[in-house]
Amino acid sequence: MKLFKNILESVKPHFVEGGKLEKYYPVYDGFATFLFTPGHTAHSGAHVRDAIDLKRTMVTVIFAMVPALLFGMWNAGNLHYSALGLAESMTFMDKFLWGALKIVPMVIVSYGVGLGVEFIFCIINKHQIQEGFLVSGMLIPLIMPIDIPLWMVAVSVVFAVVIGKEVFGGTGMNILNPALTARAFAFFAYPTYMSGDKVWINTSGAEGQTIVDGFSGATVLGSYATGGEVQYSTMDMFLGFIPGSIGETSTLAVLIGAAILLYTGIGSWKIMLSGLIGALAMGLLFNTFAEYAISPEQQQFMAVPAWQQLIMGGFAFGLVFMATDPVSAAQTERGKWIYGFLVGFFAIMIRVFNPAYPEGIMLAILFMNVMAPLIDHYVIQANINKRKKRLATVKAS
Amino acid sequence: MPEVIKIKKGVDIKLQGEAEKIYASADAPSTYALKPSDFPGVRMKLKAREGDEVLAGDPIFYDKNRPEITFGAPVSGEIAEVVRGEKRRIIEVRILADQETRYRDFKAADPSSLSRDEVKAKILEAGVWPVVRQRPYNIIANPNRVPRDIWVSCFDSAPLAPDADFVVHGQEEEFQLGVKALMQLTDGKVHLGVDGSTNPSEAFKIDGTQLHRFKGPHPAGNAGVQIHAVAPINKGETVWTVGIQEVIILGRLFKSGQYQAQKSIALSGAQVNKPRYYKLISGANLKSILEGNVANDNNRYISGNVLTGTQISSEGYLSYYDHQITVMPEGGEDQFFGWIAPNFNKFSVSRAVFSWFAPNKRRNLDANLNGEERAFVVTGEYEKVFPFDIYPVQLLKSIMIKDIEAMENLGIYEVAEEDMALCEVICTSKIPVQETLREGLDLMLNELGD
Repeated sequence: MKLFKNILESVKPHFVEGGKLEKYYPVYDGFATFLFTPGHTAHSGAHVRDAIDLKRTMVTVIFAMVPALLFGMWNAGNLHYSALGLAESMTFMDKFLWGALKIVPMVIVSYGVGLGVEFIFCIINKHQIQEGFLVSGMLIPLIMPIDIPLWMVAVSVVFAVVIGKEVFGGTGMNILNPALTARAFAFFAYPTYMSGDKVWINTSGAEGQTIVDGFSGATVLGSYATGGEVQYSTMDMFLGFIPGSIGETSTLAVLIGAAILLYTGIGSWKIMLSGLIGALAMGLLFNTFAEYAISPEQQQFMAVPAWQQLIMGGFAFGLVFMATDPVSAAQTERGKWIYGFLVGFFAIMIRVFNPAYPEGIMLAILFMNVMAPLIDHYVIQANINKRKKRLATVKAS
Repeated sequence: MPEVIKIKKGVDIKLQGEAEKIYASADAPSTYALKPSDFPGVRMKLKAREGDEVLAGDPIFYDKNRPEITFGAPVSGEIAEVVRGEKRRIIEVRILADQETRYRDFKAADPSSLSRDEVKAKILEAGVWPVVRQRPYNIIANPNRVPRDIWVSCFDSAPLAPDADFVVHGQEEEFQLGVKALMQLTDGKVHLGVDGSTNPSEAFKIDGTQLHRFKGPHPAGNAGVQIHAVAPINKGETVWTVGIQEVIILGRLFKSGQYQAQKSIALSGAQVNKPRYYKLISGANLKSILEGNVANDNNRYISGNVLTGTQISSEGYLSYYDHQITVMPEGGEDQFFGWIAPNFNKFSVSRAVFSWFAPNKRRNLDANLNGEERAFVVTGEYEKVFPFDIYPVQLLKSIMIKDIEAMENLGIYEVAEEDMALCEVICTSKIPVQETLREGLDLMLNELGD
C-alpha cells in the first residue's frame, strides 16, 4: 500500500499542470482513484456523506455477474467436449479451463479496448474517467457467442463506447445501454457469427476428434423458431446446460446475481418484477391464442408454457443486468413499472413472432431504452399537472 | 389531540456525541458577530461603523433592496471590526461586548392588543425581523406581504439536534407570547408541528393555533416537510416559518421591550469531551465553550448540524439561525481500495456497503466525500429520503439548465436547502445538491422577486 502510494506520488509531478504529461492527467487520476479513494472532504452542503460511490455501485454489479461468468466458462467447455463426444472423459476442471481460455481473452479485449477509448475521450474532453464502462466491459463478453473472433468484440466495443455513449456526453448521458449497443452492432454487422445454429458451441476438435452423430448446435429459441426439435429438458434450461451466449444460459446463475442486486438495492426490483409480469402476460396471451397461429412452428412456440419462456434464451440475463441499467431505463419510479412491463412483454413477443430475431430481449430493451424518456416525460407531466390542478382549486375557493 | 401524520421517507443518521440535557457554564464570550452569509438573497448595507457604540437592538445592517429590514445588534458594545473579503464584500461585523448588556428599549406590549402593523413595526424596529423566514426561496420574509400561514416546527429531527422540550422548558410564557405575536401577522393560522412520538409539551398547546403531530425519520422536523404534508405551497402563496427559539426571542421582545437574543445551544459531536447545552447569545464567539472541551485532533467545527451547518474555525461565531454546534473529525485520508473495502464503520443507506450489519450503531463519521463527483447515474435513491411529491433529480436538472418554468412546474417553491440535504448525503454521484438548489432559488428570486 505504501509502495503504491510512493509510486503515485513519484509520477504525479509529470501529470499535474506544467508537467510533461499534463494532457494525460485523466489517465493518472483514473489509476490513482482506482487504487485509493481520495480523501476529499465535503466543502459545501452536508458534512457527512454516504460511503457509496459510483465505483462501489459498479463493482457490486460486476460481483453479481460473476456466477454467470464462471458458469459460462464451464458450460462453454462442457458443450464443446459434448459436441466432440468427450464430455464423459473430461474432468470438471478441463471443461472450465477450456472455457476460461476462450472467455478470459474476450474479457481482456473488451475492457482493454473499451477503457482505452474512454481514456482517449477523457483526455480530449479533459474529463475525469467515469466508471460506467466497468459494467459494460463485463457485460459485452457475456452476451456474445463463444466463437466470435476477438477483433469483432473489439470493433463492437469501439462502436458501443463511441456511438452508444461518448457522442451523448459519456457516462450517465447515453440513451441506449452500451453493452446492448455492442451486441446489436455485432448482430447486424456480422450476422453469420451472431446467429444460426453454428456459433453457440465450439466444435473445432484436435486431430482425430470428430463431431458426434446427430449433433445440433441450435439454441432452444432457434429450435422453436425453425420448428426443430428441442433437445433440452426444462431443468437443463434452468440450470443452463444449453447453448447460447456465454453468460445468459443459466437462469440459476442469473438469479444469484439478481439476489445480489436486489439485496443491495443496486438493481431496481420494480423493473425486474414488472418485466417478469410483462413476460408472463405475453406468454399467457400466446398460450390463449396459440390455435390462431399462422404456421405450425409458430403454434408450437406460442403454446410453450408462459413460465418456460422465462428460462429460455437471454430473457433472464437481459432483464436482470441490462434492463435495470439506471441510465438507459426509465428514471422515475412509476416509469420503471411501465418500462419493465413493456420490456418483458415485447421480449417474448419479438422472439415468438419474428423468427429472424430469436433473441427478443435485446431488441425489446433497446426499443424501451428509446421509449424510456417518453415514459418519464408523461410521468413527470402528471406530477406537474397535479400541482397545477392544486393551484387551480386554491384559486377557485 | 390531532392524529399523527407519518412521514415515511427519510433517514436518521445516528451519530456519537449527543448533548446531555444539562446546562454547562462557560466564560461569557467577549466578541459577537453578524455574518451576512447567514442571509441568502440579502444585499447588506452597513448602518453602523467601526468604533460605534451600540445597544442591543440597534441596527448594524439593513437590506439594500428592502431597507425596512434591519439587523439588530445581539449585544451592546463597540463595533470592533468589519471583516471584508473580495470586492470589499462584508464577511463579518464583530462587536466587542460590554460586560453587562445594555438594551435599547422598544417598549413592552401585549401583542394581542396591537394591530398587525404595530406588531410588524415593533419587530422591524428592534432589528429582529430576520428571524421570520418565508417559503418560497427560504429567505427573510417580505414584511409587506400577508402570509397564507405561519409555520413553527416545534422539534428538530436533524442529527444530534437540541431537544425542543428541554429548550422551551422555563420559557413557556415567552414562547406563547411569541406565537401570539405571529398570530397577528397572518389571516391564516399559526401552525405548530410537534414530535408525534412523544406527548407534546403543554407549552405547545395554544388557543387559536393549529397543532400537528409528525412521526418519522429526519426530515420530519423540517417546516418544509410539515407544510407539504398538511397544505402544500402553491405558486403565488407565501408561508412564513419561524424557529422555536426565534419565537421565544420574539416573545421576550414583547414581554420586556428588549432584543434579548439568548438561545440554548447544544454542543454536540463525537469530538466533544462533554457534550452539553449552553446558554449563548446569537452570534457568540465559540472559543470559550470549545477550548479544552474537544479532542486534540484534526477537527471540523460546524455551526449547525452536519447536514446543513456551516464550517467555522475553532474560534468562529455562532450563525444566526443555528442552535447547535457540532464538532466532528475532518478525515481527509486516502483509503486504499476504498471502493472495495467493506467499510463497516461508515454510514450508508445502501446495502452495497457493509454497514448494514449494525444499522442502529451510533457512528463517528468524518467529512470524507467517499468518492468523487460524477454524472447522475443511479436513479430512485433521492426519492427514498425526500418526503415530497416532487421529483428531486428532475428539479435539480432543471436548475442546472436554468429553466425557470421547469423549476416552477417541478415544485421549487416548496423546498429549502435543508429539505434536500439528505439527498446530498446519500448521493452516489456526490452532486452538490444544496448549493445547486440555492442557485436555483436565487435565480428565481432575481427573476421574479419575493
